[in-house]
Amino acid sequence: MSLYLSIAIIALIYVVIFQIAKASEYVSILKGEENSRKQNNKINGFLMIAFLVLGFVGVYVCNDMLFSKTLLAHDAASLQGERVDQMLWITLIITGIVFVITQFLLFWFSYKYQENENRKVFFFAHSTKLELIWTAIPAITLTVLVIFGLRNWFYFTGDAPKNAMVVEVTGKQFGWIFRYPGKDAVFGKKYYRNIDPATNSVGIIWDDKFAQDDILTEQTMYVVKGQPVKLIIGSRDVIHDVGLSAFRLKMDAVPGIPTTMWFTPKYTTKEMREITGNPNYTYEISCDQLCGNGHYSMKGVIEVVEQEEYDLWMAKQKPQYFVANPDKDPEAAKAAQAADADKANTKDSTAKAATAKM
Amino acid sequence: MSHEAALHAHESHGHDDHGHHEHHDTFLTKYVFSQDHKMIAKQFLITGMVWAVLGGLMSVLFRLQLGYPEASFPWLESILGKWAKGGQITPEAYYALVTTHGTVLVFFVLTAGLSGTFANFLIPLQIGARDMASPFMNMLSYWFFLTASIVMLSSLFVETGPFSGGWVAYPPLSALHDASPGSKSGMDLWIISMALFVVSSLLGGLNYIATILNMRTKGMSMTRLPLTIWALFFTAVLGVLSFPVLLSGFILLIFDRNFGTSFYLSDIFVNGVGALSNEGGSAILYQHLFWFLGHPEVYIILLPAMGMVSEILSVNSRKPIFGYMAMLGSLFAIAVLAFLVWAHHMFVTGLNPFLGSVFVLLTLLIAVPSAIKVFNWLTTLWRGNIRFTPGMLFAIGFVSLFISGGLTGIWLGNAALDIHLHDTYFVIAHFHIVMGVASMFGMFAGVYHWFPKMYGRHLNNSLGYFHFWVTLAGAYMIFWPMHYEGLAGMPRRYFDFSIWESFKQFAELNRFISTVAMIVFAAQLLFLINFFYSIFKGRKVTDPNPWKSNTLEWTTPINPGHGNWPGEIPEVHRWPYDYGKDGVDFIPQTTPVGEHESSH
Repeated sequence: MSLYLSIAIIALIYVVIFQIAKASEYVSILKGEENSRKQNNKINGFLMIAFLVLGFVGVYVCNDMLFSKTLLAHDAASLQGERVDQMLWITLIITGIVFVITQFLLFWFSYKYQENENRKVFFFAHSTKLELIWTAIPAITLTVLVIFGLRNWFYFTGDAPKNAMVVEVTGKQFGWIFRYPGKDAVFGKKYYRNIDPATNSVGIIWDDKFAQDDILTEQTMYVVKGQPVKLIIGSRDVIHDVGLSAFRLKMDAVPGIPTTMWFTPKYTTKEMREITGNPNYTYEISCDQLCGNGHYSMKGVIEVVEQEEYDLWMAKQKPQYFVANPDKDPEAAKAAQAADADKANTKDSTAKAATAKM
Repeated sequence: MSHEAALHAHESHGHDDHGHHEHHDTFLTKYVFSQDHKMIAKQFLITGMVWAVLGGLMSVLFRLQLGYPEASFPWLESILGKWAKGGQITPEAYYALVTTHGTVLVFFVLTAGLSGTFANFLIPLQIGARDMASPFMNMLSYWFFLTASIVMLSSLFVETGPFSGGWVAYPPLSALHDASPGSKSGMDLWIISMALFVVSSLLGGLNYIATILNMRTKGMSMTRLPLTIWALFFTAVLGVLSFPVLLSGFILLIFDRNFGTSFYLSDIFVNGVGALSNEGGSAILYQHLFWFLGHPEVYIILLPAMGMVSEILSVNSRKPIFGYMAMLGSLFAIAVLAFLVWAHHMFVTGLNPFLGSVFVLLTLLIAVPSAIKVFNWLTTLWRGNIRFTPGMLFAIGFVSLFISGGLTGIWLGNAALDIHLHDTYFVIAHFHIVMGVASMFGMFAGVYHWFPKMYGRHLNNSLGYFHFWVTLAGAYMIFWPMHYEGLAGMPRRYFDFSIWESFKQFAELNRFISTVAMIVFAAQLLFLINFFYSIFKGRKVTDPNPWKSNTLEWTTPINPGHGNWPGEIPEVHRWPYDYGKDGVDFIPQTTPVGEHESSH
């Protein structure tokens, strides 16, 4: 019912606006078309200057309300991010100046040179000098931005430092898998046909001697504060993208073609919670390339911790080889023995209980 | 001389021909299978408008989800059925809506609807020709477009849903039937529709080029062409050179989808299906092929708007366009550079860093001709005598939006910043302002300006003013705040942000944006009412040249028949921008140059 009512109201609004517009046309015929045209011209001229003023006020208000929510409001979480932020500011200032000047001129000219019977227009069709000026100034400014940008681009895409820790990131519909090379610091070879979602989610070749200490985790990746980390990125199915907004970087995960990205985290997750004043803050990995219906929920987490905490965490991880092949796992074998003993005990006690009941 | 004579002979022959036909017009030959460029233009325009309404409605629906993710709208379920279970749009439906919105707006509205309409309508009228070089091919171009439209529309109704992998249709998502429900038969229809669309564009484009090069009237040298025609010419060249590459990319995609090839596929394990046998392909190859069209496509959309805006700004400032040759040069520079920047869409695909640096340089280079255009438009307004017709308002709005959106292109074109901003709302804000809304403004400007020529009647001015101010203010209110969301890293194409600590803070802002989007959409319906009402009931045009314009289309009768000029085609003696020269308000192109007048 309320739906029909709102449709009726909306339709009514249309009819009213339309009728007013039609009436204004008749009025203009009565008043003389030329007169009403001039009046309309004045109104629109005024609106031009009004839009200019309100527009700049709007830009200010918008900035006031939203700036604190952007990443620029506090320090970048990586060394690379510092450079990105610096570039953002420089680009913002340059384009901001151009924006203010050109928008001002556009609406100011529109207002100032609105139709006026007494004005004789200035027949001005060409000026080589002016054209050269506004070819040269943008060209020079852009050269500066290009040089600045490319220096950073080559730094970001260049080789990671030698001491970088290496993590392999694999995207899948819809989650993230992380592989650490283990004690030998070398990843075992993998082949996609070996993938078994339950035990071997990236398709590691177990026969490879480097493979047996590789560690797999899902959803959460641990890295160390201050130590460069190099990601080797791949995908199991469609294209994903490792989006690290806090670190100001991202890189696609393409099936069949590994990509890389490296960065140096500056703050631990805990420190970042203090900096942002948000006790729930986490470094999130967002998938930034449409990958299917679950795209929006493809979230990973990066825990940036101090070295000691990282070592503790790492010590608790079990190589995937033993998860996939429990019979090869010395600890599992021990545990199995213990479990057998347990079972025997339970059996025993059940038997006893049964006897007792009898 | 002999060339001109031949042209003349052809013209008079053409005229006789048309005169002969006029008596046999039936409803079918006049409105449906018409070969008159003006009628074909109207067919493109109205089909484009239908798509604009559908595409806009889709954006309202997915904005509803983004703005009110918690709310439930029972009426949605009654319209969309299983796609809005319980009154909430499902992720499947959301991604289908986003994809179709993009495809339809980019190709069907802003390519076919914009250059299809105005290239058809303006080229023969402004160069002084009776019709296109091949009216039959022209008709075919529309019919291929309509067929593409029907196929696309039908894809909305297949069981597994329309394609939902984004308008760029990156494989493997688009290539694997099991990767997403939308990649099943919905994708087959999508790709067939797009292939038909490419054929339509090629038929149209070849015709526009041939017509502009060969069928100009006597005296209409290339440098006496209005800038609209130049812009449409470069648009057609871009389309003819780049659309075939897209088609080849699509054909390989069809092979991968249906015939087991591995052009784009390698090392894939699909959940619930297992490892696929495809090896050795490259998913990135598709992106190169796609963006080789995809980037020129941006200019295919933008250049016609630029051309029309140049013309409309000059006419309504009563002043020549400033720097005609510089405008032409910058159009040319943009058209050439358009082919050399495609990989800036691929900075984060693992592109070779050196190659990336070349694309950074070339991309930022495009800002130079763009800046020249903006400064020339500003100088055109300077010391003019400006008439605010609705067309003029939209042209001024275009310049404002082009500046705002163009400047953020400098951010995104710089690869080191793109690594941060790529695929965030910053990109959405950028391309909607500079390409979407700006070109839409160019289209509106064109419709308001040439409506009297199309239908012999005037649009209602008051509605036009209202439409303009609401749309301009609304467009900024929708897209300006999105820059901030992008600077917070908020990714595009997310159905819901509630699980994201970094992005859920924008819930309130999203609601605001969605509300404004609905109001702006509602204001567009006023334009539609104005348009269709005025076709039948608008104030009749009494002056054949209502804007006091110099160009040739206004020398035809108020309602020109097939063939455009009843008698001889007028001869051209000057460039089209003699406004305010020697104190004379305007001097049409057909006026011979006076003895003491300095010719331009």
